[in-house]
Amino acid sequence: MTEKPLPTIDPSSRPFWEAAKAHRLAIQHCEDCGAYIFYPRTTCTTCSSDRLEWTESSGEGFVYSYTISYRPAGTGFKEDVPYVVAVIELKEGPRLLSNIVTDDLESVTIGSEVRVVFDDVTDEITLPKFILTKR
Amino acid sequence: MAKPQVVIAGIADVPLENGIIPGGASDLEIQARTAKAALEEAGLKFSDVDALLTAGLWGIPGPGQFPTLALSEYLGIRPAFSDGTNIGGAAFEAHLGHAAMAIEAGHIEVALITYASTQKSLRSRDLKGRPAVLSLQFDTPYGLPYPVGAYAMVAQRHMYEFGTTSEQLAEIAVATRQWAAKNPAAMMREPLTLDDVMSSPMIADPLHLLDCCLVTDGGGSIVVTTEARARDLKTRPIYVRGYGESQTHLTIASMPDLAVHTAAEESGKRAFAMAGIGSDAIDVAEIYDSFTITVLLTLEALGFCGRGEGGAFVSGGHTAPGGSFPMNTSGGGLSYAHPGMFGIFLLIEAVRQLRGEADARQVDGARIALAHGTGGVMSSGATCILSNH
Repeated sequence: MTEKPLPTIDPSSRPFWEAAKAHRLAIQHCEDCGAYIFYPRTTCTTCSSDRLEWTESSGEGFVYSYTISYRPAGTGFKEDVPYVVAVIELKEGPRLLSNIVTDDLESVTIGSEVRVVFDDVTDEITLPKFILTKR
Repeated sequence: MAKPQVVIAGIADVPLENGIIPGGASDLEIQARTAKAALEEAGLKFSDVDALLTAGLWGIPGPGQFPTLALSEYLGIRPAFSDGTNIGGAAFEAHLGHAAMAIEAGHIEVALITYASTQKSLRSRDLKGRPAVLSLQFDTPYGLPYPVGAYAMVAQRHMYEFGTTSEQLAEIAVATRQWAAKNPAAMMREPLTLDDVMSSPMIADPLHLLDCCLVTDGGGSIVVTTEARARDLKTRPIYVRGYGESQTHLTIASMPDLAVHTAAEESGKRAFAMAGIGSDAIDVAEIYDSFTITVLLTLEALGFCGRGEGGAFVSGGHTAPGGSFPMNTSGGGLSYAHPGMFGIFLLIEAVRQLRGEADARQVDGARIALAHGTGGVMSSGATCILSNH
């Protein structure tokens, strides 16, 4: 089986992936305008500030949109189809792409409440994913 | 001195057989062939060209990393202005705007816009995401089939917010196929029903196989110049009346609102304002159709209908031959051809319609056309408004 693509960690993203490895969802918070930011950046996309601090997300949010994929995104995902890819909106505001881990594909709807779980895919890489918390 | 009037004076594309260039050709060869044909149509030569604008995904890694250098060298030209802007399939509508700006500024006089793709011959197309580096390290590992999965999430959100249905999306595919039936150059010409679309295999829910564009080879070129220069040329000049562009994101999670094509709202507003007309003045519309949902959101964004009204707008054959809103008259990316970046073909078809050269699919009395490109995952929008007077 071809392996799935894994993130290439760089100096800017290292704190995020280190946190994920410790099963924490790290996002950034702008010290000037208060915006929460994902994915990790150097400057605030709302107010241009460079005073961004790491903070731990509640890991809670809802499904903003999703798709059930019946075709794999490359051979690495061949054995997973059908699977759910979703845009999650965190309680803090930012959106991120992830998977909904579920045996019941039909139960996923826009607006479903979710919380983060951590998938330790290798010794180095843990991917934050989400499960439904309320049906 | 008044600003020069900008016109399209030459167009050309390569003929395809079953989506492939007969006999085969390299990406550079395709562009040289169509560039020569477009220039000849206008009565010009490569030595007349002083600007080169191109975008593509050929020769990467390799010469395609510097596409204007590779192409200028291959064609033997020394452009005073070059532009390799790549905002996805909308690049060529942006290029036309950029060429027009350079001409209006008096900086250049003859611009050549080119494109080629051999993705079908090379079997290079798949749904694999892009390398998981930089901003994509937070995207690619989750296995979203690219780009269809992103468009599926857009469709899902639009359905949730506005009650849009799969049947309404299928209307777009069916109407577009009816136009393709009138175009001998189109790859898919057999009649299609709503049921055919909705019963075709699900790719990424809610998008079915027949909600998705074709995968083909292809290439084309456009020559842009001044009205004064075109006066001595062979073709009927087509006037560039307005242009606008915008972009909002690369990764789908960063799209401002998944139910709104924000980039198209902004590009359309700019193009209409420049042209000094409203959406009701458009006689024929060429709207990027990478997927059926792309069209629906674009129609709303350009103001042809209100937000959330796209489903009703495309229903009942409104955009089909004989309908009151002629759209995607070549058969579009859904049924004519889709080499990966369709934008140049929207402009080529708009010019053919305005010249009155569209044969069986000619929209009677077409005087003003709109071409709108959408690139990436609803990432960019570029709108051009053209007229034949």
